[in-house]
Amino acid sequence: MTSTGTHDGSLEQLKREGRIVVVGASLAGLRAAETMREKGFAGSLTMIGDEPYEPYDRPPLSKQVLLGNAVADHTALPRRRAIDADWRLGVPATGLDMAARRVELGNGDAVEYDRLLIATGVRARPWPNAEEGALKGVFVLRTRDDGEGLQRALAAGPRRVLVIGAGFTGSEIASACRERGLDVTVAERGDAPLVGALGGVIGAVAAEMNRENGVDLRTGVMVTSLEGDPSGRVRAAHFSDGSTVEADVVVVSLGAQRNTEWLSGSGLGAGPRGIACDAGCRAFDVRGIVTDDIYVAGDVARSPHALFGYQFLSLEHWGNAVAQADTAAHNMLSVSADRRPHLWVPAFWSSQFGVNIKSVGVPPMGTEILITQGSLAERRFAAAYGYQGRLIAAVTFDNCRWLPFYEQQIEATAPFPPPFSTVDRRPEGTKPMPADFPDPSVPTHGPTITLSGYSPADRKMTFTPGR
Amino acid sequence: MTQALLREIIDYANRANPYPLYEELRKTPVSHDGDGPYVVSTYYEIHSLLHDPRISSDAKNLKATGDDLLGEQSDEEGTTLPPSFLKLDPPDHDRLRRMTNRPFGPPHAPRRVHDMRDELGTLVSGLIDGIVETGQLDRIDLVDQFAYPFPVSVICRLLGIPREDEPRFHVWAEALAASLDPDPDADPTKRGQGAMDARMELGMYLAGLIEERRKKPGDDMLSQLATADGPDGAMTTMEALSTSALLLIAGHETTVNLITNGMLTLLRHPEVLQRLRNDPDLAIPIVEELLRYEPPVQLLPQRTTLSDIEVAGVTIPKGASVWLMLASGNRDPKRFENPDRFDPDREDIQHLGLGSGIHSCFGAPLARQEAQLALSELARRLENPRLLEDPPPYRQNSVLRGPRHLPIACDGIRP
Repeated sequence: MTSTGTHDGSLEQLKREGRIVVVGASLAGLRAAETMREKGFAGSLTMIGDEPYEPYDRPPLSKQVLLGNAVADHTALPRRRAIDADWRLGVPATGLDMAARRVELGNGDAVEYDRLLIATGVRARPWPNAEEGALKGVFVLRTRDDGEGLQRALAAGPRRVLVIGAGFTGSEIASACRERGLDVTVAERGDAPLVGALGGVIGAVAAEMNRENGVDLRTGVMVTSLEGDPSGRVRAAHFSDGSTVEADVVVVSLGAQRNTEWLSGSGLGAGPRGIACDAGCRAFDVRGIVTDDIYVAGDVARSPHALFGYQFLSLEHWGNAVAQADTAAHNMLSVSADRRPHLWVPAFWSSQFGVNIKSVGVPPMGTEILITQGSLAERRFAAAYGYQGRLIAAVTFDNCRWLPFYEQQIEATAPFPPPFSTVDRRPEGTKPMPADFPDPSVPTHGPTITLSGYSPADRKMTFTPGR
Repeated sequence: MTQALLREIIDYANRANPYPLYEELRKTPVSHDGDGPYVVSTYYEIHSLLHDPRISSDAKNLKATGDDLLGEQSDEEGTTLPPSFLKLDPPDHDRLRRMTNRPFGPPHAPRRVHDMRDELGTLVSGLIDGIVETGQLDRIDLVDQFAYPFPVSVICRLLGIPREDEPRFHVWAEALAASLDPDPDADPTKRGQGAMDARMELGMYLAGLIEERRKKPGDDMLSQLATADGPDGAMTTMEALSTSALLLIAGHETTVNLITNGMLTLLRHPEVLQRLRNDPDLAIPIVEELLRYEPPVQLLPQRTTLSDIEVAGVTIPKGASVWLMLASGNRDPKRFENPDRFDPDREDIQHLGLGSGIHSCFGAPLARQEAQLALSELARRLENPRLLEDPPPYRQNSVLRGPRHLPIACDGIRP
């Protein structure tokens, strides 16, 4: 038997009668499953999801749903095709046995696989004090149930809403509150909204946008505690500057945590920053060796990107989930020579205070920024981010039709500042300025690896997952 | 070489089927010789230039060249009307387009086009009933009897032009549309003069109407353009004039050609016509495929570079004239499988028929609705329709391309 023959033969067999398990029944999991069927996978397909719902779309949850214009349980993702899967919904995966190729489930069951796709995504970071977080009226926003609960709380007409954290989700929530005519306070530890994602120059525009729309924006402060009334309902929040804000709805919007705990001890390279994988979506084990039967896609994946210095990027982007799922599914059913790298250029959008915000590339890599078109004052512009003399990202406010151009420039590693003239270049667009990202904080809660043993044969690695 | 090929494309003799010439053109994605324009003919290159901020739509940025195929450039200079937003760059373009969009589309008027549906239906039925009344089913001119009067009435209703003035508009619109045609054989002075006169008369007529609407506004678009006072302020009288003239002209020839090209294509593909008869919803993908396969706007001849731009290995210098051959990009085999096949079941059909980027067709939602309704009703009501001439006689215009007449016959017309 030649090795090629074996390989092709086993791939054919996999396609015909193999067992593929997808953990994570959301956007990435569903799209991957559809692609596998499109590519002729005829074996058994198991979809595991911890929520009881079939895959649904999240972007509407912080937008139309909060406005009451869409109903949370009507956001099911459209199906591209039937996937004929064995659905295990409402049951979390709790463990992985890599040697036995088996996923363990919360109800005691186990499912065996020939190929595994992990697309468990992220969840909302909860309020650090569990007791305060459990007060009635305190919400996070990630799932369909979260969206529905928060929508109901807003519809009830609270006297004031407090949003903790002014990232994209927090800002969209504040925007929805204002659109509903609700008083809202936003507390942000940084100097401005969106500053972590887009830097201080753009953050200042976002701050102005918040204030002009009647948001009580407090920056440079932290919420130190939440206070409840005797009935267990939130009534106030205390701030690091000594002030107090009374609110009967509090939305904790402090970013996301990756759903990787279920993999601890499995030997897979999974931790708080995601699951490391190669550009072809194959997961690394803790030794840094790539697996060939375990793939990763979506928010939980961390993969090196050739265009951005092979940085390991983990992206919570809708488009990334779709593209990466497609690549993972393709590679799972391909011989090595036919595999494709995941080369998606990061892109996301947001809608807040009536402004359409879109970005391509990796803005936080940028050290400088230039307003290439339009004007900050009009809140209608395109801005380019520069990193070591090249264009690394761009963002548009109400100007998204130009974005494909900047994407192409980023892909072509175009120089920064851009040496060409454009339509709508204003005086402020002649000189780059510092992009003003906050100093990178020290993420010390990462996993550690310790080595033991002396000779190459008994050299051992021990993996300790982060906090 | 390029010049010769371009002249052939513009030559009326090739109007009925320019596609083999486009195929020849695509062998060189960006072609240029002598003093002529840089002609871009392949899908991805056109698409990226439509999103390229180094490209201007403002003729002021054009370096004067000697041999100008368009015959004349400054057709709007010396008249009373300033350039419409079609020929402006941001921020002026954005402001005017935004203000025009307020009474026309989302977010401020999301239902404007949708709510015209019943009225469009009545117009279509009326026109088809009119054909029945002539009693001559053995020779129907689908252009004169249907495809032309329909969009003209629609745009007049939308703007709030009194019905009795519609005929005067046809004359002005025809003269103005003709001026967009880069016909090297036409007498440029004469044509320029005709367009100028038409624009002048049209401008004066619209000015009167706008004055009336300012005093007594209705809920038509002209009233709203004349009286709007949103976050962008109000339009000057001149801006309202050039904008409404643009809506009028752009709302004219293009939809006529979309409907006529559509019917011609369906008659050449009777199996698709039959499917449409059984399923009016098929009109949606049919119209998309038509916009790819036989786009009413074949090329955009009025773009200029603000910098040197490298496209497909060719550097287009600053100040050059760029022609974007939309209809050629739509048949690029690198983008569409079997591009010369008319296939309403095609997936992933992101065509260039309505342009792309900031100047993408303003009236697209209306044009789509008009064409979908017109084609599905014609398919439903005409019994055994057939072409009497193939190809039919075409209009002179190579930019806004479509049949001048579409003689057909049918056995009867269903109620």
